[in-house]
Amino acid sequence: MTSITDPPQGSFRPSMLINDTRYRSYTFQAIAFIVLAASIGYLLDNLFENLAAQGLEISFGFLAAPAGYDINQTLIEYTSQSSNLRAAVVGILNTLLVAVLACVTATVFGVLAGVLRLSNNWLVAKLMAIYVEIFRNIPVLIWILIIYGIMTIVLAAPRDFRGDDPAASMFLGLAAFTNRGVYIPLPQFTRGFGAAELGAIWDWLLVIALLIGSLIATRFVTARATRIQEATGIRPKTLMTNLAIWFAPLILTFLILGLTFEIPALRGFNFAGGIKIGAPLIAIWFALSIYTGAFIAENVRAGIQAVSKGQTEAAAALGIRPGRIMSLVILPQALRVIIPPLISNYLNITKNSSLAILVGYADVTATLGGITLNQTGRAIECVLLLMLFYLLISLLISAVINVYNNAIKLKER
Amino acid sequence: MNKTVFFGAVAVAGLAASMGSAATLDDIKERGSLNCGVTTGLVGFASPDANGVWTGFDVGVCRAVAAAIFGDPTAVEFVPTTGKTRFTSLASGEIDLLARNTTWTFSRDVDLKFDFVGVNYYDGQGFMVPKELGVSSAKDLDGATVCIQTGTTTELNLADFFRTNNISYEPVPIETNAEAQQQYLAGACDVYTTDASGLAATRASFENPADHVLLPEIISKEPLGPLVRHGDNDFGDIARWTLNALITAEELGVTSANVEELGAAAGNNPEINRLLGTEGELGAMLGLEADWAKNAIAAGGNYGELFEKNIGENTPIGLARGLNAQWTDGGLIYSPPFR
Amino acid sequence: MTNNHDRSIAFVRTEDVPAAPPPPNAAGPTKWLKDNLFATIPNSILTIVALLVIYLILQGTLPWLLNGVWVSPSLSVCRDILDGATGACFAVLTERWNQLLFGFQYPADLYWRPGLAFILLFFAAAPVLFFDLPRKLLIFTALYPFIAFYLIWGGSILTPIVALVGVVAGAAVYQRYVKGSFALGFFAGIVAALIVWNLGGLIIPDEEITEGAMRSVASRDLGGFMLNMMLGVTCVSLSVPLGIALALGRQSSMPLIKYICVIFIEFIRGVPLITLLFVASVMLSYFFPPEATVDLFLRVVIMITMFSAAYIAEVIRGGLAALPKGQYEAGDSLGLDYAQSMRLIILPQALKISIPGIVNVAVGLFKDTTLVSVISMFDLVGMIRGPILASTDWQGIYWELFGFAALLFFVVCYGISQYSQWLERRLATDHR
Repeated sequence: MTSITDPPQGSFRPSMLINDTRYRSYTFQAIAFIVLAASIGYLLDNLFENLAAQGLEISFGFLAAPAGYDINQTLIEYTSQSSNLRAAVVGILNTLLVAVLACVTATVFGVLAGVLRLSNNWLVAKLMAIYVEIFRNIPVLIWILIIYGIMTIVLAAPRDFRGDDPAASMFLGLAAFTNRGVYIPLPQFTRGFGAAELGAIWDWLLVIALLIGSLIATRFVTARATRIQEATGIRPKTLMTNLAIWFAPLILTFLILGLTFEIPALRGFNFAGGIKIGAPLIAIWFALSIYTGAFIAENVRAGIQAVSKGQTEAAAALGIRPGRIMSLVILPQALRVIIPPLISNYLNITKNSSLAILVGYADVTATLGGITLNQTGRAIECVLLLMLFYLLISLLISAVINVYNNAIKLKER
Repeated sequence: MNKTVFFGAVAVAGLAASMGSAATLDDIKERGSLNCGVTTGLVGFASPDANGVWTGFDVGVCRAVAAAIFGDPTAVEFVPTTGKTRFTSLASGEIDLLARNTTWTFSRDVDLKFDFVGVNYYDGQGFMVPKELGVSSAKDLDGATVCIQTGTTTELNLADFFRTNNISYEPVPIETNAEAQQQYLAGACDVYTTDASGLAATRASFENPADHVLLPEIISKEPLGPLVRHGDNDFGDIARWTLNALITAEELGVTSANVEELGAAAGNNPEINRLLGTEGELGAMLGLEADWAKNAIAAGGNYGELFEKNIGENTPIGLARGLNAQWTDGGLIYSPPFR
Repeated sequence: MTNNHDRSIAFVRTEDVPAAPPPPNAAGPTKWLKDNLFATIPNSILTIVALLVIYLILQGTLPWLLNGVWVSPSLSVCRDILDGATGACFAVLTERWNQLLFGFQYPADLYWRPGLAFILLFFAAAPVLFFDLPRKLLIFTALYPFIAFYLIWGGSILTPIVALVGVVAGAAVYQRYVKGSFALGFFAGIVAALIVWNLGGLIIPDEEITEGAMRSVASRDLGGFMLNMMLGVTCVSLSVPLGIALALGRQSSMPLIKYICVIFIEFIRGVPLITLLFVASVMLSYFFPPEATVDLFLRVVIMITMFSAAYIAEVIRGGLAALPKGQYEAGDSLGLDYAQSMRLIILPQALKISIPGIVNVAVGLFKDTTLVSVISMFDLVGMIRGPILASTDWQGIYWELFGFAALLFFVVCYGISQYSQWLERRLATDHR
C-alpha cells in the first residue's frame, strides 16, 4: 500500500531542491558553504591586498630574533638576549602559574563563602552575601586596579624599612610585606648532599619521599584501626601514632640535614635573600581569586541547596553528627552540581589572567601580545599566536569537563 | 553616488572614512579634516584639557599641517593611540599622520614601512631617582627596581644599558605615564626611566620636585618625529615641509605675530618671500595654496614659539632648548633651505 | 447529682490562664541574638570575627568618606583644605563628572542628548523586561534604536528615518511572504530593506551638520560611562538574534551548518575578550577593503557582539535542550515546518527559560565593556586612567575615582541581577 505521504519516487526535478525536505538541506548547506567561502575569500583577499599595499608580509621569523627586553619574573632562564619565542614561553608559564594559583585560592574563598552564606549565623551569612554581591557586580578590571592600588600605595616601600627609626618593620622579623612584593624566609640545608644546586634538589626529593612514606604508613594505621573497629566495635586511638609517623622522621631528617632559614634582609635598593613573591603576581592572583571566589560561592550555595532537605533529615535520623552530614552526605551529592560550573570558572580565571598587563605582570598577553608586539610591530602574527594559545588551553579544560561529566553521569541500573 | 543608508549613516557618524594609500592628500581634502594620531595624554606634548581641547607640542605640529592644507588649524581630528595601536592605526589608514613622540629607528622606518618626515624633538633616555637614595650615577643602580613605560624603545635601551654595564635590575613595566608616576612616588620602584623630556615634565608636576634628581647619564638617542605611511610621498612632503617651515620661520624671525605683515607683500628677504608664498611657486609644487606656510606658522607660531608655549622654560614642564636649539644657536634643529 | 457535684468542687476556672511571658532569654532580641549569632561556641567566635572585620572596614573608610572635600579645583588645593586630616577629595567627581559620564570630547552643550537617550532607554526596555505592560509599548521599543542613534550622533534626521523606512519595508515584505515560506519571507524582507536603504542613501545629504542642537558628533568623541552603556546595550541587543541563530545552527541536522556554528562558538568562547579587542584594534582594519576603513567604535561593536553572541548561543542551547522532546514532536505532528515550529512553539518557550541566563551574560558583558580602556578607548575606566590621572590638576588621586566607577557599575549590575532574580521567581511559578 502506498500512502499519500510517500514521496514520489524516481523522478528528480530541480524544484525539489527547494521544496523537498530531503534535498533542501543540501541546497542550504551548499548556499552556506558558498557564502562562507566567499566571505573568507573576501576577507583574505583584502588582507593580502592591504599587506601588499604596505609591502608587508606575514612571517614568523621575528620569533627567533632576540627579544631585547627584560622580564621581572621568569620561571625559566631568560635574558634580554633570548628569543621572542622564549619570551612567549616565559609568558605562557607565568600565565599558567597565576591561573593555577588563582584557581586554588578562588576555590578556597568560594567554598568558604558559599558554605558560610548558608550558615545559621545571621551576621556571617549577611556578610558573605554582601561579599558575593559586591564582587560579582563590579568589573574585574576595576578590582584588579583597586587591589593593585592597595598593594602599591598602602603597603610600605622598602625605603620605609631603612634608617634608625623605620616607618615599617618586618613581620615577626621573618617576612617583609613591601609594595614590591612579599619576602618570606627560604629554607636551606646546611649539611645537605653536596653543596651544589643539584644537591638541594636531592634534599627536597628526600623530604618528599619521607612525606609519601608517612602518608602510606598513616593510611595503613587507619585501615588497621577500622578493621579492629569492625571486628571488636572499639576503635583504637590512632591520633598520636599518626602524628608521630608524620613528624618524627621529618624532624629527624631536618636535624640531620641542618635545616636553616635564610631570612630576607634589606640590602642595597631591595630586600635580598628569602623567597620573593612579586607585587604584580600577588595583585593579579588575589584579585582573580577574590573576584572568581564570589562566583564560585554562588555555585557552591546553589549546589548545596540543590541537595534535597530530606537527605539532611535522613542523615540526621541515622544519628550522624551535623559536621559529618555536610562532609559525608551533602557535599558528595552537591559536588555533582558544583563541579561543572566550577571548571568553567577556572576557564574564566585563565582567560581573565590576560588582564595581568594592567599590573605589569609578565603573562603571555604582556610578553607576546604586549612588548613583543610593540617592539616588532608584528600585530597579526602575535595576536594569532596569542589566540591559539588561549584556545588550546580552553579546549583542554573543556575536554576535562566532558570527561568528568561522563564519569559522574548517574549510572542507572 | 550610490551608497547604502548603512554606510551613509556610518559615514555621517564618522564611523567610516575612506582612505587610499596612494592619495592620502586627496582623501584628506575630501574629508575636510586631517586625522592625526597622538598619545592618550602626555602633558606638554599632547593632552586634552578640561574642555577636551587637545594642546601640546605634538598637537601643534598636527595643527600646523592642517593649517597648511586647509588654512584652518582646527580642521584636525585627534585620534588617541597607545604604544600598541599607533603603528597599525597609521598603517591601516585610520590616521594620516602620527605625531606621538615616536622614536625614529631603522626598523620602524624600513621594516614597518613608515616614513619619518623629520625630527621635532631630540630626546634621550634618562633616569630619575629620589634624592634620599644618594645615587649620583646610573652605574650605581645595581639591583634597583626600575619603572618603565611599556611599549616604547626605552625597554630595549634599558636592557642594553644594564647589560653592557654588567649590572642587574628589576623592570616594572607600566602601561601609562600617570600610573608609572604613582608607582615611583609610592616607592614601588627606585628609578623611573623614560625620555629625559618626559622625566622633566613628570618631575615638574611633583609636589616636591627638589626631592628628585635626574641622573647625568643619557643612555640613548631618541629623535622624536612625526611619521606617515611609506609610499605616501605627496602627503609626506607636505608634513615634512610644514615642519621645516616652522623651523625655518624661527631661524628667519618669522613669528605668529609678524607673519601676516610679512606675508602681505614681498619683502627684502627672498627666503622669507619664498617661504610665505609672496615669491615663487613653492605652494603649488606641494599642491597647496601659496600661503600654506603662512597659515601653518599663524596656527601656533614657529618652532620656537611652539616649544616655548608648550614645553619651554616658562611652562610647568620647564625644558631648556638644549639640543633642540636652532643650529645657529648650537643646537641640532636645522631645516633644508626653501628654494 | 449535678448540683451535688457542683457543690463538691470549690472553684472552676472558666477561662484560660493568660500565657506567662516567656523567660527573657527565650524571646525578643535576646532570643534572636542567641539563635542567630551565638548559637554555639564556634558560631559565637564567627560572630566576633565578623564584627571585628566590619569594625576594621568601617574604621578605615568612614573618616575618609565623611570627611570628604567636595569643592576644590585641584588635588593640591584639596590636600591644603584637608590640612593633613584623613579625607577623600570627592571634588574630582564634582569637577570632572561630565568627563566621567560623557568622555572629554562630547560637546558640553549637547549633554542633554545622551541624557535623554538614557532616560528613553528605560521606556524602551520596560515592555521587554516586564510582560505585564501593554504590548503596544513595544512599538516604542522598536523605534528606540533610531531615536537613540539620532540623539547620540546627531546629524541629518534623514539617516535614521531612511533606516527606519527600510526596516519597515523589510518587515512588510516579510509579513507578505512569510505565509508561503519563512525563508522566502526572510530573504525577501532583507532584499526589500536593502533596496530602500540604497535608494534612501541618495537623499541623505553628504555634508555634516556642524551647527545647532542636532549637529553631528563623531563616534570617537564618545566616551565615559556613556560609552560603556552604549557598548553594553548595543552589543547585547545585537547579539541576541545572532545568538538564537547560532544556537539553532548548532542543533541543526545539517552537518556543515552545525560545524560552522560549533567552531565559531567554541573559538570565541575559548579566547579572552581582550585578544578579540586586540583583533579589533590592530588586526581588523587589515580585513576591510583597502579603500575604506571602519571606525574603532564599530570594530569594537562587531567583536563584542560576536563575543556575547557565542555565550548567548550557549544559554539558548541550554533552553532548547531543556524543552521536553514532546514539544518538538507536537510541532511536527501539527504539520508545521521547521521555521514555523521554531517560531511558534519551540523558541517562545526556550527563550523564556533562557532569559535569566541571557541577563547574566548581559551583566557580564556590561562589566567587560571596561576592557576597551586597554585599547585606548576612553570609557569610564579609560577616562580615569588616561586624561584625568594624567592631568596636572588631579594627578595622584586614585580611590575616589575608582570607587566612583565601582559604585556606578555596582548600581547598574546589581539592579539588573535583582531583576533577573525577580524574573526567575516569576517564571518558576509560571511553570508549576
